Amino acid sequence: MAFKIIASQCTQCGACEFECPSGAIELKGENYVIDPKKCTECEGAFETQQCASVCPVPKTCVPA
Amino acid sequence: MTASMISLDSSASAKTSDNRLTNAKSDSCKSSSCGSTAKPDDMDPATWEKIKDHPCYSEEAHHYFARMHVAVAPACNIQCNYCNRKYDCANESRPGVVSEKLTPEQALRKVISVANEVPQLSVVGIAGPGDACYDWRRTKATFEKVAAEIPDVKLCISTNGLALPDHVDELARMNVDHVTITINMVDPQIGAKIYPWVFYNHRRYTGIEAAEILHKRQMLGLEMLAARGILVKVNSVMIPGVNDEHLIEVNRWVKERGAFLHNVMPLISDPAHGTYYGLTGQRAPRAIELKALQGRLEKGAKLMRHCRQCRADAVGLLGEDRGKEFTLDHIPDAVSYDERNREAYREVVARERGNHAAAKSEAIEMVKAAGPDGSLHVAVATKGGGRINEHFGHAKEFQIYEASPRGIAFVGHRKVEQYCRGGWGDDATLDGVIVALEGIDIVLCAKIGDCPKKRLADAGIRAVDSYTYEYIETAISMVYATEFGVDLLTGTA
Repeated sequence: MAFKIIASQCTQCGACEFECPSGAIELKGENYVIDPKKCTECEGAFETQQCASVCPVPKTCVPA
Repeated sequence: MTASMISLDSSASAKTSDNRLTNAKSDSCKSSSCGSTAKPDDMDPATWEKIKDHPCYSEEAHHYFARMHVAVAPACNIQCNYCNRKYDCANESRPGVVSEKLTPEQALRKVISVANEVPQLSVVGIAGPGDACYDWRRTKATFEKVAAEIPDVKLCISTNGLALPDHVDELARMNVDHVTITINMVDPQIGAKIYPWVFYNHRRYTGIEAAEILHKRQMLGLEMLAARGILVKVNSVMIPGVNDEHLIEVNRWVKERGAFLHNVMPLISDPAHGTYYGLTGQRAPRAIELKALQGRLEKGAKLMRHCRQCRADAVGLLGEDRGKEFTLDHIPDAVSYDERNREAYREVVARERGNHAAAKSEAIEMVKAAGPDGSLHVAVATKGGGRINEHFGHAKEFQIYEASPRGIAFVGHRKVEQYCRGGWGDDATLDGVIVALEGIDIVLCAKIGDCPKKRLADAGIRAVDSYTYEYIETAISMVYATEFGVDLLTGTA
Protein backbone atom coordinates (compact mmCIF):
# COMPACT_ATOMS: atom_id res chain seq x y z
CA MET A 1 0.00 0.00 0.00
CA ALA A 2 2.22 2.76 -1.26
CA PHE A 3 2.89 4.98 -4.24
CA LYS A 4 6.21 5.64 -5.94
CA ILE A 5 7.63 8.35 -8.18
CA ILE A 6 9.13 7.42 -11.56
CA ALA A 7 12.30 9.50 -11.28
CA SER A 8 12.99 9.73 -15.02
CA GLN A 9 9.61 11.45 -15.54
CA CYS A 10 9.70 13.75 -12.54
CA THR A 11 10.36 17.49 -13.08
CA GLN A 12 11.14 18.08 -9.39
CA CYS A 13 8.45 20.72 -9.13
CA GLY A 14 7.77 19.57 -5.58
CA ALA A 15 4.00 20.02 -5.59
CA CYS A 16 3.56 16.43 -4.38
CA GLU A 17 5.83 17.12 -1.43
CA PHE A 18 3.62 19.77 0.10
CA GLU A 19 0.35 18.11 -0.85
CA CYS A 20 1.24 14.77 0.76
CA PRO A 21 -0.81 14.48 3.97
CA SER A 22 1.57 11.90 5.43
CA GLY A 23 4.83 13.76 4.95
CA ALA A 24 6.04 10.74 3.01
CA ILE A 25 7.70 12.62 0.13
CA GLU A 26 11.06 14.31 0.22
CA LEU A 27 13.87 15.37 -2.05
CA LYS A 28 16.78 12.98 -1.77
CA GLY A 29 19.68 14.21 -3.86
CA GLU A 30 18.27 14.89 -7.32
CA ASN A 31 15.01 13.00 -6.89
CA TYR A 32 11.80 13.16 -4.98
CA VAL A 33 11.09 9.84 -3.32
CA ILE A 34 8.12 8.40 -1.45
CA ASP A 35 8.83 6.63 1.81
CA PRO A 36 6.73 3.43 1.50
CA LYS A 37 6.54 3.12 5.28
CA LYS A 38 4.82 6.48 5.57
CA CYS A 39 2.68 6.41 2.39
CA THR A 40 -0.97 5.61 3.09
CA GLU A 41 -2.19 6.18 -0.49
CA CYS A 42 -4.13 9.01 1.20
CA GLU A 43 -6.64 6.50 2.56
CA GLY A 44 -8.86 8.12 5.14
CA ALA A 45 -7.50 11.57 4.32
CA PHE A 46 -8.57 12.31 0.73
CA GLU A 47 -10.60 10.55 -1.91
CA THR A 48 -7.73 10.67 -4.43
CA GLN A 49 -4.00 10.18 -4.03
CA GLN A 50 -2.70 13.72 -3.70
CA CYS A 51 0.69 13.15 -5.35
CA ALA A 52 -0.85 11.59 -8.45
CA SER A 53 -3.60 14.22 -8.63
CA VAL A 54 -1.30 17.21 -8.50
CA CYS A 55 1.58 15.81 -10.57
CA PRO A 56 1.82 17.64 -13.90
CA VAL A 57 3.40 14.72 -15.72
CA PRO A 58 1.16 11.72 -16.48
CA LYS A 59 2.09 8.29 -15.03
CA THR A 60 4.78 9.68 -12.73
CA CYS A 61 3.23 9.07 -9.30
CA VAL A 62 1.97 5.48 -9.57
CA PRO A 63 1.19 2.50 -7.32
CA ALA A 64 4.42 0.84 -6.23
CA MET B 1 17.76 70.17 -30.67
CA THR B 2 19.78 70.55 -27.53
CA ALA B 3 19.09 67.27 -25.81
CA SER B 4 21.89 66.70 -23.37
CA MET B 5 24.35 64.07 -24.39
CA ILE B 6 24.66 62.19 -21.14
CA SER B 7 24.34 58.52 -21.74
CA LEU B 8 22.47 56.48 -19.19
CA ASP B 9 24.27 53.62 -20.75
CA SER B 10 27.64 54.94 -19.59
CA SER B 11 26.08 55.67 -16.24
CA ALA B 12 24.71 52.18 -15.88
CA SER B 13 27.96 50.54 -16.87
CA ALA B 14 30.23 52.77 -14.81
CA LYS B 15 32.30 50.51 -12.64
CA THR B 16 32.12 52.52 -9.47
CA SER B 17 29.39 54.62 -8.05
CA ASP B 18 31.83 57.56 -7.88
CA ASN B 19 32.20 57.40 -11.65
CA ARG B 20 28.49 57.25 -11.98
CA LEU B 21 27.96 60.28 -9.79
CA THR B 22 30.49 62.21 -11.88
CA ASN B 23 28.56 61.23 -14.98
CA ALA B 24 25.37 62.28 -13.32
CA LYS B 25 26.73 65.63 -12.26
CA SER B 26 28.01 66.45 -15.73
CA ASP B 27 24.39 66.60 -16.79
CA SER B 28 23.63 69.67 -14.79
CA CYS B 29 20.10 70.65 -15.68
CA LYS B 30 20.84 71.85 -19.19
CA SER B 31 17.26 71.62 -20.24
CA SER B 32 14.81 74.34 -19.40
CA SER B 33 12.37 71.59 -18.50
CA CYS B 34 14.40 70.41 -15.52
CA GLY B 35 12.11 69.05 -12.85
CA SER B 36 9.26 68.36 -15.22
CA THR B 37 7.57 65.03 -14.84
CA ALA B 38 7.19 62.21 -17.30
CA LYS B 39 3.74 61.45 -15.91
CA PRO B 40 1.07 61.07 -18.59
CA ASP B 41 -1.70 63.64 -18.26
CA ASP B 42 -4.48 61.08 -17.93
CA MET B 43 -3.02 59.27 -14.90
CA ASP B 44 -3.51 60.08 -11.24
CA PRO B 45 -0.30 60.75 -9.29
CA ALA B 46 -0.72 57.78 -6.92
CA THR B 47 -0.94 55.32 -9.79
CA TRP B 48 1.97 56.93 -11.58
CA GLU B 49 4.01 56.61 -8.40
CA LYS B 50 3.35 52.86 -8.45
CA ILE B 51 4.24 52.24 -12.08
CA LYS B 52 6.90 54.81 -12.89
CA ASP B 53 9.79 52.46 -12.10
CA HIS B 54 8.15 49.25 -13.29
CA PRO B 55 9.34 48.31 -16.77
CA CYS B 56 6.39 46.00 -17.47
CA TYR B 57 3.65 48.38 -16.31
CA SER B 58 5.02 51.50 -17.98
CA GLU B 59 6.32 51.65 -21.54
CA GLU B 60 8.18 54.80 -20.56
CA ALA B 61 9.84 53.12 -17.57
CA HIS B 62 11.01 50.17 -19.62
CA HIS B 63 13.67 52.34 -21.22
CA TYR B 64 15.24 52.95 -17.80
CA PHE B 65 14.46 50.14 -15.41
CA ALA B 66 15.14 46.45 -15.23
CA ARG B 67 13.36 43.51 -13.65
CA MET B 68 14.52 40.16 -12.45
CA HIS B 69 12.59 36.98 -11.88
CA VAL B 70 13.62 34.54 -9.20
CA ALA B 71 12.60 30.98 -9.95
CA VAL B 72 11.58 29.90 -6.45
CA ALA B 73 8.10 28.55 -7.28
CA PRO B 74 8.30 25.39 -9.37
CA ALA B 75 5.04 23.78 -8.24
CA CYS B 76 1.86 24.41 -10.20
CA ASN B 77 -1.79 23.62 -9.64
CA ILE B 78 -3.08 23.64 -13.18
CA GLN B 79 -2.07 22.26 -16.54
CA CYS B 80 -2.11 24.57 -19.57
CA ASN B 81 -1.91 23.24 -23.10
CA TYR B 82 0.82 25.74 -23.99
CA CYS B 83 3.09 24.75 -21.12
CA ASN B 84 5.49 21.90 -20.62
CA ARG B 85 7.57 22.17 -17.49
CA LYS B 86 9.56 19.09 -18.37
CA TYR B 87 11.42 20.92 -21.07
CA ASP B 88 14.15 23.50 -20.55
CA CYS B 89 16.68 25.17 -22.81
CA ALA B 90 19.32 27.77 -21.94
CA ASN B 91 18.81 29.67 -25.19
CA GLU B 92 15.07 30.00 -25.12
CA SER B 93 13.21 33.05 -24.01
CA ARG B 94 9.69 32.12 -23.02
CA PRO B 95 7.68 32.04 -19.84
CA GLY B 96 8.12 28.99 -17.69
CA VAL B 97 11.69 28.29 -18.78
CA VAL B 98 14.44 28.40 -16.18
CA SER B 99 17.95 27.05 -15.91
CA GLU B 100 17.91 26.45 -12.18
CA LYS B 101 15.36 26.50 -9.41
CA LEU B 102 16.24 28.46 -6.29
CA THR B 103 15.51 28.19 -2.61
CA PRO B 104 14.45 31.48 -0.97
CA GLU B 105 17.96 31.81 0.52
CA GLN B 106 19.58 31.34 -2.88
CA ALA B 107 17.11 33.79 -4.40
CA LEU B 108 18.09 36.45 -1.87
CA ARG B 109 21.77 36.00 -2.74
CA LYS B 110 20.93 36.34 -6.41
CA VAL B 111 18.81 39.46 -5.88
CA ILE B 112 21.61 41.13 -3.90
CA SER B 113 24.19 40.24 -6.56
CA VAL B 114 22.01 41.65 -9.31
CA ALA B 115 21.17 44.79 -7.31
CA ASN B 116 24.91 45.42 -6.85
CA GLU B 117 25.73 44.84 -10.52
CA VAL B 118 22.63 46.07 -12.39
CA PRO B 119 21.78 49.56 -11.12
CA GLN B 120 18.64 49.65 -13.30
CA LEU B 121 17.05 46.93 -11.15
CA SER B 122 13.72 48.12 -9.76
CA VAL B 123 11.50 45.04 -9.67
CA VAL B 124 11.87 41.52 -8.28
CA GLY B 125 9.19 39.22 -9.57
CA ILE B 126 8.21 35.60 -9.05
CA ALA B 127 6.80 34.12 -12.21
CA GLY B 128 7.21 30.42 -11.86
CA PRO B 129 8.22 28.12 -13.45
CA GLY B 130 5.14 26.96 -11.49
CA ASP B 131 2.60 29.24 -9.83
CA ALA B 132 3.73 31.89 -7.33
CA CYS B 133 0.47 31.76 -5.35
CA TYR B 134 0.20 27.99 -5.24
CA ASP B 135 3.84 27.57 -4.20
CA TRP B 136 3.12 30.22 -1.60
CA ARG B 137 5.51 29.28 1.21
CA ARG B 138 8.51 29.78 -1.05
CA THR B 139 7.10 32.96 -2.61
CA LYS B 140 6.39 34.49 0.77
CA ALA B 141 9.73 33.51 2.29
CA THR B 142 11.55 35.02 -0.68
CA PHE B 143 9.66 38.31 -0.57
CA GLU B 144 10.18 38.68 3.17
CA LYS B 145 13.91 38.18 2.82
CA VAL B 146 14.27 40.54 -0.15
CA ALA B 147 12.14 43.28 1.43
CA ALA B 148 14.24 43.13 4.61
CA GLU B 149 17.48 43.67 2.67
CA ILE B 150 16.34 46.03 -0.12
CA PRO B 151 13.23 47.82 1.12
CA ASP B 152 12.73 50.02 -1.96
CA VAL B 153 12.68 47.27 -4.57
CA LYS B 154 9.22 46.58 -5.98
CA LEU B 155 7.80 43.10 -5.53
CA CYS B 156 5.57 41.53 -8.08
CA ILE B 157 4.10 38.14 -8.90
CA SER B 158 2.56 36.32 -11.79
CA THR B 159 -0.17 33.74 -11.21
CA ASN B 160 -2.81 31.68 -12.92
CA GLY B 161 -5.24 32.94 -10.26
CA LEU B 162 -6.52 29.63 -8.88
CA ALA B 163 -4.89 30.05 -5.47
CA LEU B 164 -4.77 33.85 -5.64
CA PRO B 165 -7.82 34.71 -3.46
CA ASP B 166 -6.23 32.83 -0.54
CA HIS B 167 -3.25 35.19 -0.49
CA VAL B 168 -4.54 38.63 -1.45
CA ASP B 169 -4.43 39.94 2.12
CA GLU B 170 -0.85 38.77 2.60
CA LEU B 171 0.15 40.27 -0.74
CA ALA B 172 -1.29 43.60 0.36
CA ARG B 173 0.52 43.36 3.71
CA MET B 174 3.81 42.65 1.97
CA ASN B 175 3.40 45.75 -0.23
CA VAL B 176 3.11 43.77 -3.43
CA ASP B 177 1.81 46.48 -5.72
CA HIS B 178 1.74 44.52 -8.97
CA VAL B 179 0.08 41.20 -9.74
CA THR B 180 -0.19 39.61 -13.14
CA ILE B 181 -3.00 37.10 -13.69
CA THR B 182 -3.00 35.00 -16.81
CA ILE B 183 -6.61 34.97 -18.00
CA ASN B 184 -7.25 33.30 -21.32
CA MET B 185 -11.01 32.94 -21.15
CA VAL B 186 -14.20 33.96 -19.37
CA ASP B 187 -16.22 31.22 -21.06
CA PRO B 188 -15.51 27.80 -19.50
CA GLN B 189 -16.43 26.10 -22.81
CA ILE B 190 -13.38 27.79 -24.29
CA GLY B 191 -11.39 27.25 -21.10
CA ALA B 192 -11.85 23.50 -21.42
CA LYS B 193 -9.89 23.65 -24.68
CA ILE B 194 -6.97 25.40 -22.99
CA TYR B 195 -6.78 23.70 -19.57
CA PRO B 196 -6.87 19.90 -19.36
CA TRP B 197 -7.11 19.98 -15.55
CA VAL B 198 -6.86 22.01 -12.36
CA PHE B 199 -5.98 20.83 -8.84
CA TYR B 200 -8.26 22.48 -6.32
CA ASN B 201 -9.40 21.59 -2.81
CA HIS B 202 -7.33 18.42 -2.83
CA ARG B 203 -8.64 16.94 -6.04
CA ARG B 204 -8.12 17.13 -9.74
CA TYR B 205 -10.94 18.57 -11.84
CA THR B 206 -11.14 18.24 -15.61
CA GLY B 207 -13.18 19.60 -18.50
CA ILE B 208 -15.72 22.38 -18.14
CA GLU B 209 -15.91 21.89 -14.39
CA ALA B 210 -12.18 22.66 -14.14
CA ALA B 211 -12.45 25.76 -16.33
CA GLU B 212 -15.46 26.99 -14.33
CA ILE B 213 -13.54 26.77 -11.07
CA LEU B 214 -10.55 28.54 -12.57
CA HIS B 215 -12.71 31.28 -14.07
CA LYS B 216 -14.51 32.00 -10.78
CA ARG B 217 -11.28 32.11 -8.82
CA GLN B 218 -9.63 34.40 -11.38
CA MET B 219 -12.50 36.89 -11.30
CA LEU B 220 -12.63 36.78 -7.49
CA GLY B 221 -8.88 37.35 -7.21
CA LEU B 222 -8.99 40.23 -9.68
CA GLU B 223 -11.83 41.94 -7.83
CA MET B 224 -10.12 41.46 -4.44
CA LEU B 225 -6.87 42.98 -5.72
CA ALA B 226 -8.60 45.91 -7.38
CA ALA B 227 -10.53 46.61 -4.16
CA ARG B 228 -7.20 46.91 -2.32
CA GLY B 229 -5.66 49.23 -4.90
CA ILE B 230 -3.16 46.63 -6.10
CA LEU B 231 -2.46 47.06 -9.80
CA VAL B 232 -3.41 44.05 -11.89
CA LYS B 233 -2.00 43.23 -15.27
CA VAL B 234 -3.91 40.57 -17.18
CA ASN B 235 -1.88 38.39 -19.51
CA SER B 236 -3.78 36.57 -22.25
CA VAL B 237 -2.28 34.07 -24.64
CA MET B 238 -3.73 34.53 -28.12
CA ILE B 239 -4.50 31.07 -29.51
CA PRO B 240 -5.82 31.26 -33.10
CA GLY B 241 -9.11 29.43 -33.53
CA VAL B 242 -9.45 28.84 -29.77
CA ASN B 243 -9.70 32.18 -27.97
CA ASP B 244 -8.59 34.88 -30.41
CA GLU B 245 -12.05 36.38 -30.99
CA HIS B 246 -13.01 35.61 -27.38
CA LEU B 247 -10.24 37.84 -26.03
CA ILE B 248 -12.36 40.87 -26.91
CA GLU B 249 -14.86 39.66 -24.31
CA VAL B 250 -12.05 38.84 -21.88
CA ASN B 251 -10.79 42.40 -22.29
CA ARG B 252 -14.23 43.78 -21.46
CA TRP B 253 -14.63 41.56 -18.37
CA VAL B 254 -11.27 42.39 -16.90
CA LYS B 255 -11.64 46.09 -17.57
CA GLU B 256 -14.99 46.08 -15.75
CA ARG B 257 -13.32 44.40 -12.78
CA GLY B 258 -10.55 46.96 -12.52
CA ALA B 259 -7.59 45.48 -14.42
CA PHE B 260 -5.00 48.17 -14.99
CA LEU B 261 -3.33 46.71 -18.05
CA HIS B 262 -4.09 43.98 -20.58
CA ASN B 263 -1.23 42.20 -22.28
CA VAL B 264 -2.20 40.00 -25.22
CA MET B 265 0.71 37.73 -26.09
CA PRO B 266 1.12 35.38 -29.02
CA LEU B 267 1.00 31.63 -28.34
CA ILE B 268 4.42 29.99 -28.55
CA SER B 269 3.90 26.51 -29.97
CA ASP B 270 7.16 25.13 -31.35
CA PRO B 271 6.74 21.32 -31.60
CA ALA B 272 10.25 20.98 -30.14
CA HIS B 273 8.97 22.34 -26.82
CA GLY B 274 6.77 19.28 -26.40
CA THR B 275 3.67 21.17 -25.29
CA TYR B 276 0.22 19.82 -26.11
CA TYR B 277 -0.33 22.63 -28.59
CA GLY B 278 3.13 22.14 -30.05
CA LEU B 279 2.49 18.45 -30.60
CA THR B 280 -1.02 18.85 -32.01
CA GLY B 281 0.07 21.47 -34.52
CA GLN B 282 -1.89 24.36 -33.02
CA ARG B 283 -0.44 27.36 -34.84
CA ALA B 284 0.74 30.62 -33.30
CA PRO B 285 -0.75 33.92 -34.48
CA ARG B 286 1.19 35.92 -37.03
CA ALA B 287 2.53 39.31 -35.89
CA ILE B 288 -0.01 41.07 -38.10
CA GLU B 289 -2.92 39.11 -36.54
CA LEU B 290 -1.76 40.03 -33.04
CA LYS B 291 -1.48 43.68 -34.01
CA ALA B 292 -4.97 43.61 -35.58
CA LEU B 293 -6.47 42.15 -32.39
CA GLN B 294 -4.64 44.72 -30.24
CA GLY B 295 -6.08 47.39 -32.51
CA ARG B 296 -9.60 46.12 -31.82
CA LEU B 297 -8.95 46.21 -28.07
CA GLU B 298 -7.76 49.79 -28.13
CA LYS B 299 -10.92 51.16 -26.46
CA GLY B 300 -10.94 48.62 -23.63
CA ALA B 301 -8.43 48.09 -20.83
CA LYS B 302 -5.11 49.78 -21.50
CA LEU B 303 -2.84 47.56 -23.58
CA MET B 304 0.74 46.56 -22.98
CA ARG B 305 2.70 46.41 -26.22
CA HIS B 306 6.29 46.10 -25.06
CA CYS B 307 6.14 42.60 -23.54
CA ARG B 308 9.03 40.28 -24.43
CA GLN B 309 7.54 37.05 -23.00
CA CYS B 310 10.61 36.64 -20.86
CA ARG B 311 11.91 33.61 -19.04
CA ALA B 312 10.94 32.88 -15.44
CA ASP B 313 14.58 33.60 -14.52
CA ALA B 314 15.20 36.65 -16.73
CA VAL B 315 17.46 39.45 -15.49
CA GLY B 316 17.92 42.95 -16.91
CA LEU B 317 16.14 45.43 -19.14
CA LEU B 318 13.18 43.93 -21.00
CA GLY B 319 15.02 43.67 -24.31
CA GLU B 320 17.95 41.74 -22.87
CA ASP B 321 18.49 38.72 -20.70
CA ARG B 322 21.55 38.73 -18.46
CA GLY B 323 20.33 35.68 -16.55
CA LYS B 324 23.35 33.62 -17.56
CA GLU B 325 25.66 36.05 -15.75
CA PHE B 326 23.88 35.40 -12.48
CA THR B 327 23.53 31.66 -12.17
CA LEU B 328 24.41 30.29 -8.73
CA ASP B 329 27.92 29.28 -9.74
CA HIS B 330 28.64 32.96 -10.52
CA ILE B 331 27.40 34.19 -7.15
CA PRO B 332 29.60 34.20 -4.05
CA ASP B 333 28.36 32.35 -0.97
CA ALA B 334 28.23 35.55 1.02
CA VAL B 335 27.01 38.79 -0.54
CA SER B 336 26.07 42.09 0.99
CA TYR B 337 23.89 44.75 -0.54
CA ASP B 338 25.52 48.00 -1.57
CA GLU B 339 22.82 50.56 -2.26
CA ARG B 340 25.15 53.16 -3.85
CA ASN B 341 24.94 51.93 -7.45
CA ARG B 342 21.18 51.87 -7.56
CA GLU B 343 20.84 55.19 -5.75
CA ALA B 344 23.25 56.97 -8.08
CA TYR B 345 21.49 55.55 -11.11
CA ARG B 346 18.10 56.66 -9.86
CA GLU B 347 19.41 60.19 -9.39
CA VAL B 348 20.52 60.26 -13.01
CA VAL B 349 17.24 58.83 -14.21
CA ALA B 350 15.15 61.28 -12.21
CA ARG B 351 16.83 64.14 -14.03
CA GLU B 352 17.11 62.43 -17.37
CA ARG B 353 13.52 61.32 -17.73
CA GLY B 354 12.23 64.86 -17.14
CA ASN B 355 14.36 66.02 -20.05
CA HIS B 356 13.25 63.05 -22.10
CA ALA B 357 9.57 63.73 -21.43
CA ALA B 358 9.97 67.35 -22.52
CA ALA B 359 11.87 66.38 -25.68
CA LYS B 360 9.29 63.71 -26.42
CA SER B 361 6.29 66.03 -26.19
CA GLU B 362 8.12 68.65 -28.26
CA ALA B 363 8.83 66.01 -30.91
CA ILE B 364 5.24 64.80 -30.94
CA GLU B 365 3.92 68.35 -31.31
CA MET B 366 6.26 68.88 -34.22
CA VAL B 367 5.05 65.76 -35.98
CA LYS B 368 1.44 66.74 -35.42
CA ALA B 369 2.16 70.21 -36.80
CA ALA B 370 3.81 68.80 -39.90
CA GLY B 371 0.55 68.30 -41.73
CA PRO B 372 -2.14 65.75 -42.34
CA ASP B 373 -0.57 63.30 -44.78
CA GLY B 374 2.50 61.67 -43.35
CA SER B 375 2.97 58.14 -42.09
CA LEU B 376 6.31 56.64 -41.22
CA HIS B 377 7.24 53.26 -39.76
CA VAL B 378 10.52 53.52 -37.92
CA ALA B 379 12.66 50.75 -36.41
CA VAL B 380 15.03 51.88 -33.66
CA ALA B 381 18.16 50.19 -32.34
CA THR B 382 18.51 51.04 -28.66
CA LYS B 383 19.98 49.56 -25.53
CA GLY B 384 17.87 51.67 -23.22
CA GLY B 385 17.64 55.18 -21.86
CA GLY B 386 15.18 56.19 -24.58
CA ARG B 387 18.02 56.98 -26.97
CA ILE B 388 19.42 55.75 -30.25
CA ASN B 389 22.53 54.11 -28.89
CA GLU B 390 22.87 50.64 -30.41
CA HIS B 391 24.79 49.61 -33.51
CA PHE B 392 22.69 48.09 -36.27
CA GLY B 393 24.76 44.93 -36.27
CA HIS B 394 24.57 44.48 -32.50
CA ALA B 395 20.80 44.81 -32.19
CA LYS B 396 18.92 41.72 -31.04
CA GLU B 397 15.64 43.54 -31.51
CA PHE B 398 14.30 46.75 -32.96
CA GLN B 399 11.69 48.92 -31.28
CA ILE B 400 9.00 49.93 -33.72
CA TYR B 401 7.43 53.38 -33.76
CA GLU B 402 4.74 54.87 -35.97
CA ALA B 403 4.85 58.58 -36.76
CA SER B 404 1.70 60.07 -38.21
CA PRO B 405 -0.42 63.21 -37.87
CA ARG B 406 -1.63 61.69 -34.58
CA GLY B 407 1.88 61.89 -33.15
CA ILE B 408 4.58 59.33 -32.41
CA ALA B 409 3.53 56.01 -30.92
CA PHE B 410 5.44 52.95 -29.79
CA VAL B 411 3.75 49.96 -31.41
CA GLY B 412 5.94 46.98 -30.56
CA HIS B 413 9.27 45.34 -31.12
CA ARG B 414 10.70 42.84 -33.57
CA LYS B 415 13.30 40.33 -32.57
CA VAL B 416 16.17 39.65 -34.94
CA GLU B 417 19.24 37.50 -34.94
CA GLN B 418 22.28 39.60 -34.13
CA TYR B 419 23.85 40.34 -37.52
CA CYS B 420 27.37 41.32 -36.54
CA ARG B 421 29.45 39.01 -34.39
CA GLY B 422 33.03 39.97 -33.51
CA GLY B 423 33.46 42.27 -36.49
CA TRP B 424 31.98 39.91 -39.05
CA GLY B 425 28.61 40.28 -40.66
CA ASP B 426 26.82 37.25 -42.00
CA ASP B 427 24.82 37.68 -45.20
CA ALA B 428 22.26 35.00 -44.36
CA THR B 429 21.59 36.66 -41.01
CA LEU B 430 21.19 40.01 -42.71
CA ASP B 431 18.57 38.47 -45.00
CA GLY B 432 16.66 37.42 -41.89
CA VAL B 433 16.92 40.90 -40.40
CA ILE B 434 15.58 42.41 -43.62
CA VAL B 435 12.62 40.03 -43.58
CA ALA B 436 11.92 40.97 -39.94
CA LEU B 437 11.93 44.64 -40.92
CA GLU B 438 9.22 44.19 -43.55
CA GLY B 439 7.07 47.29 -43.84
CA ILE B 440 9.61 49.54 -42.12
CA ASP B 441 10.55 52.79 -43.88
CA ILE B 442 13.52 53.88 -41.84
CA VAL B 443 15.97 52.27 -39.42
CA LEU B 444 17.57 54.53 -36.84
CA CYS B 445 20.75 53.24 -35.25
CA ALA B 446 23.96 54.50 -33.67
CA LYS B 447 26.15 53.14 -36.47
CA ILE B 448 25.82 50.98 -39.56
CA GLY B 449 28.35 49.77 -42.14
CA ASP B 450 28.12 50.68 -45.83
CA CYS B 451 27.42 47.12 -46.92
CA PRO B 452 24.35 46.41 -44.74
CA LYS B 453 23.17 49.95 -45.42
CA LYS B 454 23.16 49.26 -49.15
CA ARG B 455 21.48 45.88 -48.71
CA LEU B 456 18.73 47.54 -46.69
CA ALA B 457 18.37 50.28 -49.31
CA ASP B 458 17.94 47.61 -52.00
CA ALA B 459 15.05 46.25 -49.91
CA GLY B 460 13.50 49.71 -49.71
CA ILE B 461 14.55 50.46 -46.13
CA ARG B 462 16.66 53.50 -45.37
CA ALA B 463 19.18 53.23 -42.55
CA VAL B 464 20.19 56.44 -40.81
CA ASP B 465 23.01 56.71 -38.27
CA SER B 466 23.28 60.47 -37.95
CA TYR B 467 21.15 60.75 -34.78
CA THR B 468 23.43 58.80 -32.48
CA TYR B 469 22.60 59.34 -28.75
CA GLU B 470 19.61 61.49 -29.68
CA TYR B 471 16.28 60.80 -28.00
CA ILE B 472 14.22 58.34 -30.05
CA GLU B 473 11.23 60.64 -30.49
CA THR B 474 13.40 63.66 -31.30
CA ALA B 475 15.21 61.77 -34.04
CA ILE B 476 11.94 60.45 -35.45
CA SER B 477 10.46 63.93 -35.54
CA MET B 478 13.49 65.27 -37.40
CA VAL B 479 13.37 62.46 -39.93
CA TYR B 480 9.64 62.97 -40.28
CA ALA B 481 9.99 66.71 -40.81
CA THR B 482 12.63 66.20 -43.47
CA GLU B 483 10.55 63.51 -45.10
CA PHE B 484 7.40 65.55 -45.39
CA GLY B 485 9.09 68.81 -46.31
CA VAL B 486 8.55 70.82 -43.17
CA ASP B 487 11.16 73.37 -42.25
CA LEU B 488 12.50 72.27 -38.87
CA LEU B 489 12.95 75.81 -37.61
CA THR B 490 9.41 76.85 -38.37
CA GLY B 491 8.20 73.51 -37.12
CA THR B 492 9.53 74.12 -33.65
CA ALA B 493 8.86 77.84 -33.57
